[in-house]
Amino acid sequence: MKRELLKAAFDRKKRLKKTRIENNTKPLTPHKIADVPKGLYEKCPECQSNFQLKDMMKNEMVCPTCQNHIRLRAVDRILMTVDKHTFVEKGLGYITLNPLFQDGYEQKIKNYKDQTKLDEAYIYGYGEIGSQPCIIGVMDSYFMMGSMGSVVGEKITKSIEYALYKRLPLIIFTASGGARMQEGIFSLMQMAKTSSAIKKMHAQTLPYISVLTHPTTGGVTASFAMLGDIIIAEPKALVGFAGPRVIEQTIKEKLPEGFQRAEFLRDKGMVDCVVHRHALKSTLNQLLRMHTKGGV
Amino acid sequence: MDILQKEKKLKSLEAQLKNLDDQEANETILATIENYKKKAMSSLNGWDRVLLARHPSRPSTKDYIDHVFDEFIELHGDRYYQDDPAIIGGIAMFNDVPITVIGHRKGRTTEENIMYNFGMPHPEGYRKALRLMKQAETFNRPIITFIDTPGAYPGLGAEARGQGEAIARNLYTMSDIGVPILTIIIGEGGSGGALAIGMGNQVFMLENSIYSILSPEGYASILWKDANRAKEAAEVMKLTSYDLKEMGVIEGIIKEPLGGAHQDPAFVYASVQSLITDFLQQYHQRSNYEIRTERYTKYRNIGFFQRFNYDNLKGVIK
Repeated sequence: MKRELLKAAFDRKKRLKKTRIENNTKPLTPHKIADVPKGLYEKCPECQSNFQLKDMMKNEMVCPTCQNHIRLRAVDRILMTVDKHTFVEKGLGYITLNPLFQDGYEQKIKNYKDQTKLDEAYIYGYGEIGSQPCIIGVMDSYFMMGSMGSVVGEKITKSIEYALYKRLPLIIFTASGGARMQEGIFSLMQMAKTSSAIKKMHAQTLPYISVLTHPTTGGVTASFAMLGDIIIAEPKALVGFAGPRVIEQTIKEKLPEGFQRAEFLRDKGMVDCVVHRHALKSTLNQLLRMHTKGGV
Repeated sequence: MDILQKEKKLKSLEAQLKNLDDQEANETILATIENYKKKAMSSLNGWDRVLLARHPSRPSTKDYIDHVFDEFIELHGDRYYQDDPAIIGGIAMFNDVPITVIGHRKGRTTEENIMYNFGMPHPEGYRKALRLMKQAETFNRPIITFIDTPGAYPGLGAEARGQGEAIARNLYTMSDIGVPILTIIIGEGGSGGALAIGMGNQVFMLENSIYSILSPEGYASILWKDANRAKEAAEVMKLTSYDLKEMGVIEGIIKEPLGGAHQDPAFVYASVQSLITDFLQQYHQRSNYEIRTERYTKYRNIGFFQRFNYDNLKGVIK
């Protein structure tokens, strides 16, 4: 009897891990995404050309006419990057609380949970990229702009610690508006937490590759995103500490074209390379291979 | 009536005092002043504390350096680009102990403020702070940082030179510095700009200082699309020293005289001095490893959430 119960619990755990990803394989319909204005997925936000969602998914959500990289959900990103059937999600069961007792925060989280079918704005787990094992973590910008609260900070730290424990390289895809305002000072402290965890990881000589995707701003840029041994950015991704609107308000003039975009950062020496989404998987594979073959 | 208006009223009462020669009348006015201070200034709300934290005559980092320490030599420059006047750093002597002191610098007058960029550092400021901290580690000096900034500067140059990277690198390195760091928040502690030099083993706040993820104005304009509701936001955001102490983010509160630190700076300098003495005594015998681990654990454990453990379910699932 007891054995059966245990088995049931075990199966449930296994099922949870699998179904979470598999349930999400079908693309979301536009009206299910809260932050995005209706019809985004039918129209490229850059060049306004129409397209079919199905074709777009095949093209890794890159606009065929203007090569604009449309924001990806975390699940799609994992499916796109990791080899089939190798991903095992870790760090389940975190519950976001309301530390400052802010009005409507719980409801907001609940809505986002329903819309995105995620617990929080970050997923991580074990995966293989071109049969190179690694720990992969992805932020989801559709969950409250991917903002970093206590749970996201903790999960990121856990993913770093998991990579340490397994002695595997770590890849984190960032997409975030910054620290989460509703959790106040706790969100701010996540910056310190994640950064110091990365320091621990480097002490153990494990590589950390950070992939900056559109948009990465605020507290995330000012912590683990810019600490990668290798920092890759997607073309035209907005990466910066202060948002463009804040800067415009402060200096009271319009920002130059292409400011804070990936190419700008590369020219200023802040990013190692800008890689097209189609080439990302092979680049990551290449980098992982280069890092597994120790020194002399 | 907010704290600044109350202060004006207090000043007018004090002005009356000077004009009178009469002993008795003087005493009654003194009594009313005392009474008024106790009544009006003892219970402050969040917005009052925000105003006090930004008060133009509030003691700044330079004042603390001048009055708390015996000697001070300012060190300039990040060795990469230029010197950032918004961050002041150098070596000071405290009771014959050399200490590296770093802090945000704010001015009193408009000219000074423009020179110091209103206490908003550029990346080179953070890199200077980092250089000084590493130097302190090399020569085994404790570090004391004073925080008083609205935030890191959001500008073209700052972004181009990697504001985010500079802050991240500071956090990254500070987590592993082998000498004790004491952080004292003396005014505004604004978001990443404050944390970038504020990752101390122990963090203390002056009673009327604030520490938050963004300004109340920013919060109101982002969440409620109305920057004029900053007053409300100051209550909701839980940014006062008492709130943060309750949440366990800071170690302690330094008491201020009634009506803010600028009413009686000497009192605050004395408490800061005794705090530093205690701190140095506490960390005198600790090894570098201990200091590092303590700091790491402190920040590792900050967070407010729950974790649901699936293993506990066992029989509950069908």
